[in-house]
Amino acid sequence: MMTIRDYVMAESLEQAFALNQKKGSRILGGMLWLRLSSTPITTAIDLGALGLDTIEETEDAFSIGAMARLRQLEQHPGLNAYTQGAVKDALGSIVGVQFRNLATVGGSIFGRFGFSDVLTVFLSMDTEVELYQGGVLPLTDFIRQKRDRDILTRLIVYKKPGRFVYRSMRAASTDFPVLTCAVSRWDGVFRAAIGARPMAAVRVEDETGILPEAVTEEAAAAFGEYVAARVKTAGNLRGSAAYRTHLVKVLTTRAALALGGMHDET
Amino acid sequence: MKLDLTLNGRAVSDDVRPDLTLLEFLREHGCLSVKQGCGTANCGLCTVLLDDVPVLSCSVLAVRANGRAVVTLEGLQEEASAFVGFLADQGADQCGFCNPGMVMNTIALLRENPDPSDDEIRAYLAGNLCRCSGYEGQLRGIRAYLDSRKE
Ligand SMILES: Cc1cc2nc3c(=O)[nH]c(=O)nc-3n(C[C@H](O)[C@H](O)[C@H](O)COP(=O)(O)OP(=O)(O)OC[C@H]3O[C@@H](n4cnc5c(N)ncnc54)[C@H](O)[C@@H]3O)c2cc1C
Ligand code: FES
Ligand code: FES
Repeated sequence: MMTIRDYVMAESLEQAFALNQKKGSRILGGMLWLRLSSTPITTAIDLGALGLDTIEETEDAFSIGAMARLRQLEQHPGLNAYTQGAVKDALGSIVGVQFRNLATVGGSIFGRFGFSDVLTVFLSMDTEVELYQGGVLPLTDFIRQKRDRDILTRLIVYKKPGRFVYRSMRAASTDFPVLTCAVSRWDGVFRAAIGARPMAAVRVEDETGILPEAVTEEAAAAFGEYVAARVKTAGNLRGSAAYRTHLVKVLTTRAALALGGMHDET
Repeated sequence: MKLDLTLNGRAVSDDVRPDLTLLEFLREHGCLSVKQGCGTANCGLCTVLLDDVPVLSCSVLAVRANGRAVVTLEGLQEEASAFVGFLADQGADQCGFCNPGMVMNTIALLRENPDPSDDEIRAYLAGNLCRCSGYEGQLRGIRAYLDSRKE
């Protein structure tokens, strides 16, 4: 059971960061994951009064505060128009509405959870992470960084004109995913972000131009093979490595077909 | 820690432990419709409205409700009574354990979207687990209520 000795509503990021340097301190996101841990918390740091719960849209980017809830993202007209609904498709299977009214984008990205739909969908876009001390860095680099005591303040998503499709495989509709897959095309390059491998999501780019702009069935299948050959998978109680690699092929192919406006049987 | 909130329209003040959950706080204050099912944010049984938004009270610290308005089924008897009879008519409840969470979230759904499609109802209630009934009864009950409003 979670125990907390002190709870602090931070008055500034500076204060939150200083408090968070002590070993027993924890930043509170939506607390859904944190709450399951039995490690005692000496100081629980709430970022709730720092105005980090907004999604701002400018002509060329979205700035998403760390305390924005997954439900806010799922319902954001601009974000869904930009991704053609891929954000809604990615987040809509996470537990339930009441859960997504609590879970934050900051906790979801900072946690770098292997199973994360959130990480997968943002990895398919041109996304940067802003850290209080570490500054701004691409999400692709942040995923590989070792966990430290910094604070994630916001995500920045550049509105590169593009197309996005999200698919996941789950044993039951609101369960953890067995595999996640987001295929996108921006800056003229097709990309596939694959998560729940079960390790954290990775992104593969179509460096050899397998997929033509007008996607064909053969090219989509070849892209599925190409991505599967480059994505390492492993087994756990939800599925074996071989099953996941098969899913990488199937979901990537289907997502590529859907991206090309072609029939996708999911 | 000092906690001041509005509970079902009434001002409530208390001194609470920082790790007390909102669920525990509400039960200590007589709101016994709020129950713990899983305790791990998975079942929806503990659903309450926090500033009008449905959340899982098992996963919210009571202190995080400071200065805010919490509503439980005890505070929504009239709004719930409009459609719970339709659920009963469809045999949607068997043991009834899931019912408070299901009713709270249905109220949230209908406030947000007064005329939902069946798929929208399914999607909104996906986080409310029922171990007995298979969900079809609840869906039929809500549909029958919505149809009755159109007559
Ligand atoms: C039962 C359950 C089922 C789930 N199913 C899915 C699923 O199917 N798909 C999916 O994608 N996700 C799933 N998740 C994960 C969920 O969507 C969130 O990603 C997760 O709960 C973390 O978000 P949070 O806001 O609750 O963060 P917390 O639990 O509050 O925090 C997580 C960690 O990040 C730290 N932290 C939080 N915010 C910050 C910040 N701004 N800066 C630095 N550190 C921070 C915390 O100290 C903690 O260590 C599930 C979680 C649970 C509990
Ligand atoms: S008791 Fe809160 S979700 Fe199950
Ligand atoms: S009626 Fe028994 S859990 Fe739903």
